[in-house]
Amino acid sequence: MCASVKYSARGPALIPRMKTKHRMYYIALFSVVLLGLIATGMFQFWPHSIESSTDWSVDRHSVHDAPLVHLSASDPIPERGDLSCRMHTCFDVYRCGYNPKNRIKVYIHPLRRYVDDLGAPISSTGLSREYNELLSAISDSDFYTDDINRACLLIPSIDVLNQNSLRIRETAQALAQLPRWERGMNHLLFNMLPGGPPDYNTALDVPRDRPRKYFILSSQIALHMEYRTELETLKAENGEAMLILDKCTNLSEGVSSVRKRCCKGQVFDYPQILQESTFCVVLRGVRLGQAALSDVLQAGCVPVILADSYILPFSEVLDWKRAAVVIPEDNLSEMYSILKSIPAKQVEEMQRQARWFWEAYFRSMKNIVMTTLQIINDRIYPYAARSYEEWNDPPSVKWASVNSPLFLPLIPPRAPGFTAVVLTYDRIESLFRVITEISKVPSLCKLLVVWNNQNKDPPEESQWPKITVPLKVVRTTENKLSNRFFPYDEIETEAVLAIDDDIIMLTSDELQFGYEVWREFPDRLVGYPGRLHLWDHEMGKWKYESEWTNEVSMVLTGAAFYHKYFNYLYTYKMPGDIKNWVDAHMNCEDIAMNFLVANVTGKAPIKVTPRKKFKCPECTAIDGLSLDQTHMVERSECINKFATVFGTMPLKVVEHRADPVLYKDDFPEKLKSFPNIGSL
Amino acid sequence: MQAKKRYFIVLSAGACLVLLFYFGGLQVRATRNQSRREDRLRSPEQPWPHFSDNLQSFLPREQLANEDYNMHLSPRQKRDANTSLYKGKKCRMESCFDFSLCQRSGFKVYVYPQQKGEKISESYQNILSAIEGSRFYTSDPSQACLFVLSLDTLDRDQLSPQYVHNLKSKVQNLHLWNNGRNHLIFNLYSGTWPDYTEDLGFDIGQAMLAKASIGAENFRPHFDVSIPLFSKDHPRTGGERGFLKYNTIPPFRKYMLVFKGKRYLTGIGSDTRNALYHVHNAEDVVLLTTCKHGKDWQKHKDGRCDKDNAEYDKYDYREMLHNSTFCLVPRGRRLGSFRFLEALQAACVPVMLSNGWELPFSEVIDWNTAAVIGDERLLLQIPSTVRSIHQDKILALRQQTQFLWEAYFSSVEKIVLTTLEIIQDRIFKHISRNSLIWNRHPGGLFVLPQYSAYLGDFPFYFAALGVKPSSRFTAVIHAVTPLISQSQPILKLLVAVSKSQYCAQIIVLWNCDKPLPAKHRWPATPVPVVVIEGENKVMSSRFQPYDTIVTDAILSLDEDTVLSTTEVDFAFTVWQSFPERIVGYPARSHFWDSNKERWGYTSKWTNDYSMVLTGAAIYHRYYHYLYTNYLPVSLKNMVDQLANCEDILMNFLVSAVTKLPPIKVTQKKQYKETMMGQSSRASRWADPDHFAQRQTCMNKFASWFGTMPLIHSQMRLDPILFKDQVSILRKKYRDIERL
Repeated sequence: MCASVKYSARGPALIPRMKTKHRMYYIALFSVVLLGLIATGMFQFWPHSIESSTDWSVDRHSVHDAPLVHLSASDPIPERGDLSCRMHTCFDVYRCGYNPKNRIKVYIHPLRRYVDDLGAPISSTGLSREYNELLSAISDSDFYTDDINRACLLIPSIDVLNQNSLRIRETAQALAQLPRWERGMNHLLFNMLPGGPPDYNTALDVPRDRPRKYFILSSQIALHMEYRTELETLKAENGEAMLILDKCTNLSEGVSSVRKRCCKGQVFDYPQILQESTFCVVLRGVRLGQAALSDVLQAGCVPVILADSYILPFSEVLDWKRAAVVIPEDNLSEMYSILKSIPAKQVEEMQRQARWFWEAYFRSMKNIVMTTLQIINDRIYPYAARSYEEWNDPPSVKWASVNSPLFLPLIPPRAPGFTAVVLTYDRIESLFRVITEISKVPSLCKLLVVWNNQNKDPPEESQWPKITVPLKVVRTTENKLSNRFFPYDEIETEAVLAIDDDIIMLTSDELQFGYEVWREFPDRLVGYPGRLHLWDHEMGKWKYESEWTNEVSMVLTGAAFYHKYFNYLYTYKMPGDIKNWVDAHMNCEDIAMNFLVANVTGKAPIKVTPRKKFKCPECTAIDGLSLDQTHMVERSECINKFATVFGTMPLKVVEHRADPVLYKDDFPEKLKSFPNIGSL
Repeated sequence: MQAKKRYFIVLSAGACLVLLFYFGGLQVRATRNQSRREDRLRSPEQPWPHFSDNLQSFLPREQLANEDYNMHLSPRQKRDANTSLYKGKKCRMESCFDFSLCQRSGFKVYVYPQQKGEKISESYQNILSAIEGSRFYTSDPSQACLFVLSLDTLDRDQLSPQYVHNLKSKVQNLHLWNNGRNHLIFNLYSGTWPDYTEDLGFDIGQAMLAKASIGAENFRPHFDVSIPLFSKDHPRTGGERGFLKYNTIPPFRKYMLVFKGKRYLTGIGSDTRNALYHVHNAEDVVLLTTCKHGKDWQKHKDGRCDKDNAEYDKYDYREMLHNSTFCLVPRGRRLGSFRFLEALQAACVPVMLSNGWELPFSEVIDWNTAAVIGDERLLLQIPSTVRSIHQDKILALRQQTQFLWEAYFSSVEKIVLTTLEIIQDRIFKHISRNSLIWNRHPGGLFVLPQYSAYLGDFPFYFAALGVKPSSRFTAVIHAVTPLISQSQPILKLLVAVSKSQYCAQIIVLWNCDKPLPAKHRWPATPVPVVVIEGENKVMSSRFQPYDTIVTDAILSLDEDTVLSTTEVDFAFTVWQSFPERIVGYPARSHFWDSNKERWGYTSKWTNDYSMVLTGAAIYHRYYHYLYTNYLPVSLKNMVDQLANCEDILMNFLVSAVTKLPPIKVTQKKQYKETMMGQSSRASRWADPDHFAQRQTCMNKFASWFGTMPLIHSQMRLDPILFKDQVSILRKKYRDIERL
């Protein structure tokens, strides 16, 4: 669209220079294209109206078309429900069966119009708007099945939301007539009147962060005098911080009284006024549940619930303690001091939580019904139930929080030792030196050589150095860097030492100490040379920094201890295309590992001992400065790439490293556990 | 030129055409989808049709408005009328519990005095002493909010030797009984062969039950407490740690699912166990039953018995328990069994097959995170269900079993305290623990909700909330000598600490007998200095949760500590990475003295440590609150009387909570020498008794904790470039190296 407009505007300037014939031709071509585009645009941008109008004309459904069912007074009335029902006594699990998706199937009984002997309907409202929405939501969801034989849960289409508009006896008869009613086994009824509907037509998305002028607000119109008097007493004690509203008595004609509240002649808009208070009172009324709760949540006002023995909605999964204050009715007089004692940060948390509950679970009939079905689903497949965090953490917390998969504070025993995994290609001599060196580390349990060279066979068994621990060689099918992080079955310890085939300068003490430190931090990367990422303000991107910094955020995996779990994560759970990218570039597998671990644990790696480089200083001199430069550029690129894929910068910067307790202390060297700690 | 333009135009026209086809194509596909959906719609009544009628709301506005004014009955009267129905079997806190008793002196628990001649089982004795040793205990019934009988109600099986007769009349004769109101009754076994009812054999009135093997039908939600079944050997305090030593990857063990237990040939609870052999495959699913139990099992013996018994003897229960990923916990005669706790401790994820069992502490523990709740009716699906559980989930379930075991189940004391805390949370709803606190390390017993309603005020939830600890600290200097000269160490310390960029304020705790020095005697500092006069001038007052401390971190200092600003700055940056631990400078260690069979204390320079002195340490302010409110008076008094060991006690407490060692950071080495120097405290350290006292303290503390919570560490955290051979100008914390 945009493009075509631009060209046609430019057109006239070009056209005069052309021959008339061509001009005609082009004008024709343009108009055709333009028309076509406009038409498509029309079609594209107003598809709904077109669609729905055809929908109406083709497929007009009316509740009045539903078949009539005559109930006779002699029809059986079902037995009274069993109040002691539990899932394991009154619910038939066989109907739900084993199901790889762990998802229940829900069937909706088709709509019928029930009338009694005299032809009078059994309900004054018939199918209500809300119940219709509720059933549509189910039928649009993946819970829905149209096959009654496959259904685990059945939902009558008889609307019982409002008990007051029902004829109880006839409704009971109607329910009893449903196929497979069976005393209501596996049936779900929705009843809302105790509670009232969420007023989700109210557009409340006007400014959200209005200043909250009032500390406590009571906006319910139908409060009993007894409570109102108590509230007034509280207000008298605490003054302007409290606002107690009531129904308006002197509104001019045409103003809906539902949307107005008054206090001493002053008129306030409801529910907007809820946004101006920190706490909103939800008091017991005629019924326990109050429609006000939903309005209050939506306004992000913290509900203060004074309704003893009220089971808060969805309390089976929602942790209301994080969103509401529950005070016993008898303590109403202490409400002010109780609320005052809540720290400001907690109030903020609760406001956010209240708002989130509303957004996710109460906003519409659809949200309400889906939450209900999900709760039942969780009961039937408890091992696949949604977690507390999934239910309760608002998206911002889900995003910022870290739930480490290795969350138990455990310091594993020294005894199982660690498995060293050496990645090698063809540097046999250096490899053998590394093997001989590592084999001196007391806690080494097994050596695994990952032979990454497909063109060359590993040396004969007899040529390998003789060491006391088992040595295994694994041959790979492709020369990939990610082979080093594969969770080989041969790794039987939880501690893994990844080591390059040219790292010969690490002493046995250094390695053993590294293992000891890893035991104290089994959920982290524990390595020797540390590296840092920095934000380059000039370039507006991340930069890689290698030496002599006072901080670290990464450790090189040329020699590092880590949990085998991270091998599994690296191989199977690495986000995006990072793994392939690393294999293609033959670089940055260590940076990727650092990102992965930091992202999943929220913790920084641990750098042990002063070790700064793997290679001797002379070696870098030979490599030359320019090579070093390109290396740095490539590594910086990696950091930027990974940060984009992770959608965040998970690396954590710290200023400490771990040394043996007596490192460099004025103390006899021979009494130190780890005397031989190298410096560079 | 012309041609170029022409090409350009043709090209752009072409682009437009492509665009046209693209949009058009999309549209066609969309409408095709649409029509397919409509086909489905048109099939008779399925799914729920979209009605075009203008439907009414289920709730006419007038109805709500009108009924509200029809209230004659006060809501309170209405509530009371309602609650009067909820008595006996339907008891709820609102209807059967007198909250007013708890308003006066808070949550206090009274235990009836034990009467002479009354036999009390060891388990019940443990329960009672756990209550009496807790901070909730009161010996004054008029202060009490909750009452616990001294009559042993644990075993209500009439055939049991522990059964107490005539309980009914004994209970009725208690003058405080008041029909059981505000009473808590502990019970492990109820009913007897053959039907094992859950009846206790006496009228409990309105008393709450803390009962094992309680069924959902009899459980009064938010009133009763379901407790685990524990054996008479269950330790009173401390308790063994979980058996999980490390996490294995992949998380599978030798067996997938195991069970070894009795099979009841007749009577209640036999169905599920009788069917187990269908699932047994003798490979990774090993479910073994034996008929051999009771005197006359031969009489009821069935066809499978001999085969089952033979298979049963092939396997060892312990070996299976430790080598299985999942452990089946089917109902026994009663709903619960010892097996449940055994599996939990062994990190064998329990697979529950006990329909209707209200799991232990189900009110607060989210068992889906530590167990697989199966359905007895779906026994045959159990193997495929557990096989379908993802490895990551198994890893999490297994770790959670260990957390729950250590937090709530490993000792009788923990079980009792958890029960009491649950009840306390119900009574003071607005200051209670939420589900996150209960289900996450370190668990509900170590997290006191009275401290703060905001989770971010505790040191444990920063990661879960995605927030960071505050970036400043408050220094608390413990002053015991009068301020005489301007060269006193305390003044140097004050200046050095105040220069730290992270220091928010300094509190001088004046625990000296001499009156407070005049304001001008304190040096001018860039941060506020607050002088607080210590309460009773005792040692424990240095760990008081003073309201003036608003930062998360506290730098606790002795008056004679020598620290430089750099050392403080570095330690604080380390603490920010480990906010739940103590970060300090001089360290000490403990060891088991096997000759004397007791714990030893050492201040020698060693290769490891398990404590850092709180004379110079940074930790979270919550530990002040915990020290003051969690620890028993007896230990705090000991510290105050000796004027010693406060640091050991603090280290015990923090390690008991975190299950981790403290962290030692670099310090300049002259620290120790100064301590041995001329200052007042030196006398304390030089005193030979001082050392012996600390040894005694250690053993006393370990016995109260029931275990040795201290853990050794072999590392020290230094600045990255510490003592590196590089220009000192490159180093951020260069002063630490300068002597």
